[in-house]
This record gives sequence, structure tokens and C-alpha cells, in this order.
Amino acid sequence: MIDLAALEREAHTVYEPVALDRRSRDLRKLVVRGLVGGGRGHLGSALSAVEIVRVLYDDIMAHDAARPNWEARDRFLLSKGHGCLAQYAVLADEGYFPKAELDRFCRFDGILGGHPDAGKVPGVEASTGALGHGPSIAVGMAVAAKLKGSAHRVFCVTGDGEINEGAVWEAAMAAGKHQLDNLTIIVDYNKLQSYDRTEVVQDLEPLTSKWESFGFAVRNVDGHDVEALRRTFSTLPFATGRPNAVIAHTIKSRGVAHAEGDPSWHHKSKMTDEEIAGVLAAIEG
Amino acid sequence: MRKTCLDVVYELAKKDDRVVFIGSDLGAGTLDQFRDEMPDRFFMEGVSEQNLIGMAAGLAMEGFIPYVNTIATFITRRCYEQVAVDLCLHNLPVKLIANGGGLVYAPLGPTHLAIEDMAILRALPRMTVFAPCDKEEMARLVPQTLEMSGPSYIRLAKGGDEIVSHADRGFEIGKAIQMRKSGKVLIVGTGITTTRALHAAEELADEGIECGVLHMHTVKPLDEDAILSQLDDVELLVTVEEHTLVGGLGSAVGDLLLDKAPRAASRLIRLGIPDLFSDKYGTQDELLEYYGLQGPQIAQRIRDTLNGDEEKVA
Repeated sequence: MIDLAALEREAHTVYEPVALDRRSRDLRKLVVRGLVGGGRGHLGSALSAVEIVRVLYDDIMAHDAARPNWEARDRFLLSKGHGCLAQYAVLADEGYFPKAELDRFCRFDGILGGHPDAGKVPGVEASTGALGHGPSIAVGMAVAAKLKGSAHRVFCVTGDGEINEGAVWEAAMAAGKHQLDNLTIIVDYNKLQSYDRTEVVQDLEPLTSKWESFGFAVRNVDGHDVEALRRTFSTLPFATGRPNAVIAHTIKSRGVAHAEGDPSWHHKSKMTDEEIAGVLAAIEG
Repeated sequence: MRKTCLDVVYELAKKDDRVVFIGSDLGAGTLDQFRDEMPDRFFMEGVSEQNLIGMAAGLAMEGFIPYVNTIATFITRRCYEQVAVDLCLHNLPVKLIANGGGLVYAPLGPTHLAIEDMAILRALPRMTVFAPCDKEEMARLVPQTLEMSGPSYIRLAKGGDEIVSHADRGFEIGKAIQMRKSGKVLIVGTGITTTRALHAAEELADEGIECGVLHMHTVKPLDEDAILSQLDDVELLVTVEEHTLVGGLGSAVGDLLLDKAPRAASRLIRLGIPDLFSDKYGTQDELLEYYGLQGPQIAQRIRDTLNGDEEKVA
């Protein structure tokens, strides 16, 4: 019998913020490079997901920048497509495309739009941006892997506001039914959606119990603690025959102290040179 | 027609292990043989159309060919964003099999009447929209969908529909079928309205008014040449659809004329369902009559237009 009370206690651990290492700071600078290139971007949403994306690509997923369509690769879906600057930064750094593409973010002839386009960006599996689509696509991909007898895995990052969408829970039911232990849903739980805190707009709690009750094996983790993320992902699957959910407790705009936790940094445009300089200085701390 | 369609899907699945079937919560016994013989590729996923489409997209991205089946209104309205983004934007070979197109679910009321399905799907880039006229044509269509590279929508009729198609006329996706040779009138139908158009043409032929009937089984892409090539010979062009007049076959033909033969546009009359939710129940045939879409009513409309309204035939 699952001890939901214990899980909820774990879920409400208060994580002491860990210092960001050199790589996390450099990736954030690439995020800002894209923001400057496009003159806009979902800064806060990208910065909360940097470590999740980084650890998956650096340490967990089988992938090859030279062969984005390699059959045996693990699949990665950024269902919260508006956080794409985090994925673009990692993909550029991994060599999927030149970093100079970030300078053309959202530009007329660029390949990097404000939401990721699978038809344009090497390494992007599905075009996302309309919220709540990723989990169902991920379920289809995970079912396909089982049908083919392939060992590759499917990772899908959702936002927290995003899981207000009912389609997410349709997918969750399907994942449980099909016992997709090759599927991992990661909730970037920064607790701040566009308008206000998630508990104000649409409270998600008890979130761990929700995923558990849909058949998932759930882990809570500090979503900016690289070592903790590695430890968590390295124990996948958490339980045989159950899909996996990782609730990654994050901070919106993490790494830019004056923006952390401020909903007005969800999306930024028309930033002055001075503001950009302030963001870059904050990243260096 | 539904049974024929699903039976062909079963046959395709037996031959091609890329084929998967995804249903919502269909009637007991649906495709039992498929489920028993190929359980790994048979999915009954519950009342969750958004998930059905997303899951089909994920399977298609991995090389499978999903046939997704549920009631027409639900597979269009409920999951329109998934159809647009997951299927059309990614150009995936997912086939939507829509039970009860048009007025089939007459007794169940407006929640179940798929009368704008063709309009909303036609508006999506890369989507192909089919409305076969009978089960024999369905049997010719479905095998050809297997190798289609993009998404498609197959509108099913009621079942037990009069057989009017002929094998010797063949079937090619996107190519309209001339069911009856043109006269001074050309009636363009789709789905079971082609049958009603044929009834009208027979009635009018007895009076010496020759009407051609063109069956537009593929509403998108529209077979433009099939219409444009006949314009010189016809005085009156009539579209008939079991669909709202907003955005369906008549609109497609109207757009074509405005773009490529504007002087012929005044020779077009469009018969269909007005821009209203149905306020009646009964049967499909009763509703077709209510909306003036049965053969004798089509004939009368043509007769009236030819006799009375000189502007229409100028």
C-alpha cells in the first residue's frame, strides 16, 4: 500500500537553493542570447527548466547531435513549448545547430521560433506550444516503443500551469493503463503561472497524490539541484509496470535574483540594454 | 458503411503491421476479430478524444499508421486543436473515421449532428476530407488511405445506404466521379447527397431536363477540373450537401468559381443546412426533407430556378 501521507511530506520538503555551477550559468547566458536575438521570450519559464533539460541531455538520455533521428535515441518532448529557450540553449550547446541560430530567435527567417517546431529544429521531436499536447504524444511514442520492443525511453516536460489542461489527465490515465514504465513526465513545478501563483489560479495540490492515483510512480526533487536530478533520473524506472512522474520543484526565473518568483518575468519583450546587462550580471552573481 | 470501413481496416492490419486501430468507447463487439488476432495493435482508449488524437500522433511519429474511430462530432469538435496541431502541423498519416456524419444521429439531437465537420476540417492545411456515398465505395476508398502521407477524415453515412457507386467507374483520391452525364444542369453531391442528386436527376430527366451528377467523394482537395471543365456546357450548377452552408462543399465550389470562373458564380445555387442548430429530431431522412435535401425537393428547386429565376440561369 502506498503511503500517500509520506509522499506528501516528501513533496513539501523545502529545498535550500543550491548554487548554480558554471555550466548552468553558461546555459542561462545562451538563453539570454536568444532573448536578445528575438527581442522577446519566456525568460522565467525557460530558466526554471534549465537544469531539468541539461541533466537529461548531459547524463540521462541516449542521443546523438550528429544523428537527431537515430532510431534508438531516447525521445524528449518539451510540452511546455514556451520554455523552448532552455531546450534551444542545450541543443545549441550539444551541437544540434550553431549557437548563432540563437541570434535569430523569433526572427522571420530563423529556425528557432517562440515555440519549438519539429519541422525546423534538429533535435525537436514534436511541435509544441499549445499546452497539454505533449503527454498524449509521449504516450503514443512510449506505446510505439513497447510495440517495437525497443528499449528507448520517452521524457516529457510539462509546466505546472500547463497541467490545468484536462488532456494531460486523459494522457495520465492512458499511461497508467498501458503500464508505460518507459515514460517519464517531469512537471516543472515553479508554482507560478502567467497570472499569479498556481495555488491562486488553479491549485494543483495534492500533486504527488494526483499522479500516484493515476498509476504513476512519483518522485519529488529539487529541480535546480543537478546532483539530485541525476540521482533521481538514474533510478528510472521507479517501479516496473508504472509510468514515472518527477515533480521538479523549481523557481521561476532561477538564476536571475531580481526576477525570481516574479510573475512579470514569465514573458519579457522590449528589454532595454540596461535590463539585459542586469540579467547577465545577475546570472554571474 | 461503418462495418465495411472497419472490416477493411482489419484487412489492412493483417497485411501491414504498421496499422493500428484506436477507438474511444465504441459499441460492444466492435472489431473483436482485430482485437483477438492482433491485440497489441488494437486500442480502446475510453472517452478521451484529445488523448486519442495525441496518442495517434505519437504512434505515427514512430512509423505506425493509426486509424482512429469515434463519433463524428467528438472526433472533430472535441479535439480540434489536437487534430490541427498534432496531426496537420506534423503532417502525420492518421486517419479519422467519423461515425454518423451529417444528420445520421437525428434522434440524438444537435450535440450529435456533425453538420460543420467538413468546414472545420477543410480549413486545416494538409487535411484530406472524404465523404463516400455507399459501402462499396468505402471499400474502394479505405485501402487507398494506407499510403497517404498526411492526415485524412472519413465521414461515414448511416449504414444500409442505397448503393449507387459502380466499381467500373473506379476510385481515385481527389478525383470526382461523374455519376451521370451532364446536361443543362450539373448537380455536385458528396456522401449520400450524391444519391439524392441522382434521384432528382432521374425525376427531371422524365421531364426532359437533363442533369449531370458529379460525385465529390473527396471534398478536400477539391477536384477543380471536374467542375471547371463542365462550366461551358451547363446553365445551372447545384451543390447539395448534408452540411451547413457555411464552409462545406457549396462554399468550396463557390470559392472555386469566384477565383477561377467568376462569371459562372451567378449560375451556382447551393443546397444544404442553414446556419442553425437543428430544432427537430426524428430520422436522417426526415431531417433531410426538413432541410429540402431529398431528391424530389432538389428537383423542385432546380425546376423553379430554371423556370422562374432568369438571373440564376443567365
